[in-house]
Amino acid sequence: MIRATHLPLLVTLGTFVLAYALCGYAYPAMLSTRVIANLLTDNAFIGIAAVGMTFVILSGGIDLSIGSIIAFTGVFLAVILRDTSLHPLVAFAIVLALTTCFGAAMGATIHYLEMPPFIVTLAGMFLARGAAYVLSTESVPITHEFYDTLQGLYWKVDGARFRLIGGVMVLTFIAGILIAHRTRFGQNVYALGGGEQAAKLMGVPVAQTTIGIYALSGGLAGLSGIVFSLYTSAGYSLATVGVELDAIAAVVIGGTLLTGGYGFVAGTFFGILIMGLIQTYIVFDGTLSSWWTKIVIGGLLFAFILLQKGLMWATQAKAGQAKRKKATGFAAHS
Amino acid sequence: MNDMTPSLAAPMLHARGISKFFPGTIALDDVELVLHAGEVHALLGENGAGKSTLIKCLTGAYRRDGGVIILDGAEVAPESTAASQKLGIGTVYQEVNLLPNLTVAENLFLGRQPMRGPFLARRKMNAEARDVLASYGLDIDPAEPLSAYSVAIQQVVAIARAVEMSGKVLILDEPTASLDRDEVALLFGVIRQLTARGLAVVFVTHFLDQVFEISDRATILRNGRIVDSCIIRDVTQRDVVTMMLGRQLESRVERKTVAPAGKALVEFKGLTKRGMIEPFDLTVHEGEVVGLAGLLGSGRSETCNLIFGVVAADEGETHLRGQPVSINRPRDAVAQRFALCPEDRKVDGIVGDLSVRDNIIIALQARQGWMKPIPRAKVQEIAERYVRALDIRLASLDMPIRLLSGGNQQKALLARWLATNPDFLILDEPTRGIDVGAHAEIIALIDQLRADGMALLVASSELEELVAYSTRVIVLRDRKQVGELNGDEITPDNIVRAIADEKEDA
Repeated sequence: MIRATHLPLLVTLGTFVLAYALCGYAYPAMLSTRVIANLLTDNAFIGIAAVGMTFVILSGGIDLSIGSIIAFTGVFLAVILRDTSLHPLVAFAIVLALTTCFGAAMGATIHYLEMPPFIVTLAGMFLARGAAYVLSTESVPITHEFYDTLQGLYWKVDGARFRLIGGVMVLTFIAGILIAHRTRFGQNVYALGGGEQAAKLMGVPVAQTTIGIYALSGGLAGLSGIVFSLYTSAGYSLATVGVELDAIAAVVIGGTLLTGGYGFVAGTFFGILIMGLIQTYIVFDGTLSSWWTKIVIGGLLFAFILLQKGLMWATQAKAGQAKRKKATGFAAHS
Repeated sequence: MNDMTPSLAAPMLHARGISKFFPGTIALDDVELVLHAGEVHALLGENGAGKSTLIKCLTGAYRRDGGVIILDGAEVAPESTAASQKLGIGTVYQEVNLLPNLTVAENLFLGRQPMRGPFLARRKMNAEARDVLASYGLDIDPAEPLSAYSVAIQQVVAIARAVEMSGKVLILDEPTASLDRDEVALLFGVIRQLTARGLAVVFVTHFLDQVFEISDRATILRNGRIVDSCIIRDVTQRDVVTMMLGRQLESRVERKTVAPAGKALVEFKGLTKRGMIEPFDLTVHEGEVVGLAGLLGSGRSETCNLIFGVVAADEGETHLRGQPVSINRPRDAVAQRFALCPEDRKVDGIVGDLSVRDNIIIALQARQGWMKPIPRAKVQEIAERYVRALDIRLASLDMPIRLLSGGNQQKALLARWLATNPDFLILDEPTRGIDVGAHAEIIALIDQLRADGMALLVASSELEELVAYSTRVIVLRDRKQVGELNGDEITPDNIVRAIADEKEDA
C-alpha cells in the first residue's frame, strides 16, 4: 500500500536506482560486486552515525557532536592500546559506555534545561573535539593483533570482499529499523517529533525518550568511531571534521523531514548509498575534481528540501480546502 | 438519554468547594460540580468565567487551592493529567491533541501498545483499533496516518482514546468549535452512546443550540462563581443567556442622553469573510459609539478584525467619507486613520519588554515610516501627555510595559492609538481583565472621545458597559448581525432578548 508518508522514501529509492543505472551506463564496471562491497566498506562509519542522527532528527532535534565523538573515540582507542595492555574489546566497551553517557548527558541538558539541541550539541562538539586534542594532537597509529584479525575478516562473493565493518553498518541499520518502527521507544521518538506538547498530554515519557535518543546517537557515534579506527588503523584528533553535516545530509536525502515526525531509518541507508555512489562515480571518471561530490550532494539536498516543501504545501492545500468547506458548512448551520 | 433524577443516585463525580487563586484574582470561588453517570452536563459561561480553570483543576493540570473531588465514592487528588486519566477522568480538547504523523491505531494505543516480546504487535494493534473504532460507528483504516482524516474523525479518535484509557468521566472542551453540522451529529451520536454506557460527560461549548440538543443538565459560571445548576428541560435559552451574562448591575448603569451623531464617516457594504463572518452592512457616524454585542464566538472580534484588515475580506466595499477605499491589511487601515485596540492585549497588543514610552509611540512611528524617526523630545512629550490625560499609573516611562497592571496596560494601548489621532477607533473588549476603577475610567474616556467627535466601534461582552456608552448597539449571533437597538431600546434586557432571539418575544 502506498501512503503519502512513504513518498519521500520512494523518491529516495528511485533516485538511488536511477543514479546507479546512470553510473552503470557510463561505467559498466561500477555494476560489479566489488564496487558494491567497497561502497559498504567505505561508508560504514558514516552510515552507523547516520542511524543515530535519523533518530535525533525524527524526534525534531539535531546532533552536531557526532563528528567530534568519532574523532575522540579513535584517539581514545589508539592511546589506550598504545599505553596500556587492555584488550581492544575492553577498550571498545569503555569507549561505548563513555560516548553513550556523553550523549545521555546532552539529552538531559536539552530536556531539563529546556535548551535548543543545536546549542547543547554544539557545546558537545567542542568538548569532544577538545578532549581528543588533549589526548593527542598527532595521529596515533593502532597496531594490535586483534585489529589485524578484525580487519582481515571478510565474506568473499564473486571475488569481492564484504568486510566486517560494512556488515556492522548493515546490522546497525537493521537494528535501527526495528527500534524505530517496532518498539515503544521508537513510537515515542516519532511522537516527540509530531508534537512535544501533544506527546506529553498523551503520556509519552518525554524526559526518558529525549535522553534515550541522544544516548543512542552518542553510542552509535562511538561505534562509528570504533569502525573508523578499524578502517584507518589510527586515531587522529583532526579526523572526521564535518561528518555530522554529511550525516544530516544523508538523513534528509533519505527522506526524513528535518522538522521531525516523518521519515524512515531505511531511507537513510539509501541516502548514504547515494552519497557514496557519487563519490565512486567521480573516482571512476578520474578527470573530475573530488569537490564535485560536494556540489552534487548540495544540489541533491536542495532538490529534496524542495520536494518536502512541495509535499507539505500539497497536503496543506488539501487540508485548507477541507477546512474552508467545513467553515462554510458551519456558518450555514443553526 | 435517560431520565435519572439526579438526587437519587450517588454522583459519579462530586467536586465541592473548589477554589483557585491567581495572583490578584480569584479564578474559582467555592465552586461545586455534581456529575451523574449517564448524563451530559453542560458547563457554561463567558470567557473568564472559570470554565477552563475548573476543568484544569479536575484534570490535575492546575493544583486547586481548596475543595474536595470525590470520584466514584473515593476522594481523589490528581496531580497531573496523566494521573487523572488513570483515575478515570479523560479530556478531549478543541484542538485535537493527538499526533498527526502517527497512524490512527498508533494514536489510540500510544503508551499501551499490545506487544509481542520486545516488539509491537502491529497487526494486533490495527485489528483492535478497527474494533474499537467500529464500536463508535467509524469504518476507517487504522493504519492510515491520523492527518488523512477530517477533524471530526480525529475528534472521535481522541474521544475513543480518552474513553479507552479512562472510562468514568469524559470532559469535552469545545469539541464542536471547528465542526460542521453533519460532523456535530456524528459526534453527538458518539456522546449518546457513551452516556448509555454509563459515562458522565462534561460538555463545554459556546453554542447554546447544541447545549439544548444534547445536555441533561447545565452548570453556569460567572466570574469564578456558580450562578446556577439547572435541568435543561426546565429552562429556556433566554434564562441561560441571562445567567451567563448577568445583569445585577443594571441599576448602577446611567444612560446619558447624547447629542445626535454627525455625518457618516465610514460605511461597510456586504463585508464578509467565509467561515468567519456573514456579509454585513455597517455605517459609523462621527460622534457616535456603535456597540457590538453577542456571545463569545458570535463574530464580535471577527467583525473588528475584518474592518481593520487583520484578515482580508473575501467580498465587500469600504467607503470613507463617501469615497471607496481598499483595506486589505492593518497598514492600509492605519493610513486611513483607523485604529484598533485588540481583544487579547498580551498577544496582539503590548510589546512586553519594551518601555511604556516605546509602546505608546510605536503606532505613530510606524505610520510615519521608520526612516523618519520622531525626535526624542517629541516622543517624551507625547508619552507624558497621554500618561497624564489617561492617568496611567507608572513609576517611570522607561519601565517595561509588562510590569504595569492590566488596566494601565489597556490605557497605554489606548494611548498608543490616540497618539495617532485616529478618526475611527475600534475597541475590542476594552475592559477585559481590568479592575472596577479602571473600568469606569475607560467608559468615561470612550464617552469623552465620542463627545469630541470621534467615530467608535466597541465590541464587548459586558452588557452594562455597552448600555453605558453606546449610541447604537448591533447584536450578533452565529456570525450574523441579528438586530440593532437605538436610543432608549438599549437596555441589558433587550440585548439579552436579541441575543437569545426568542421568537415569542419578537
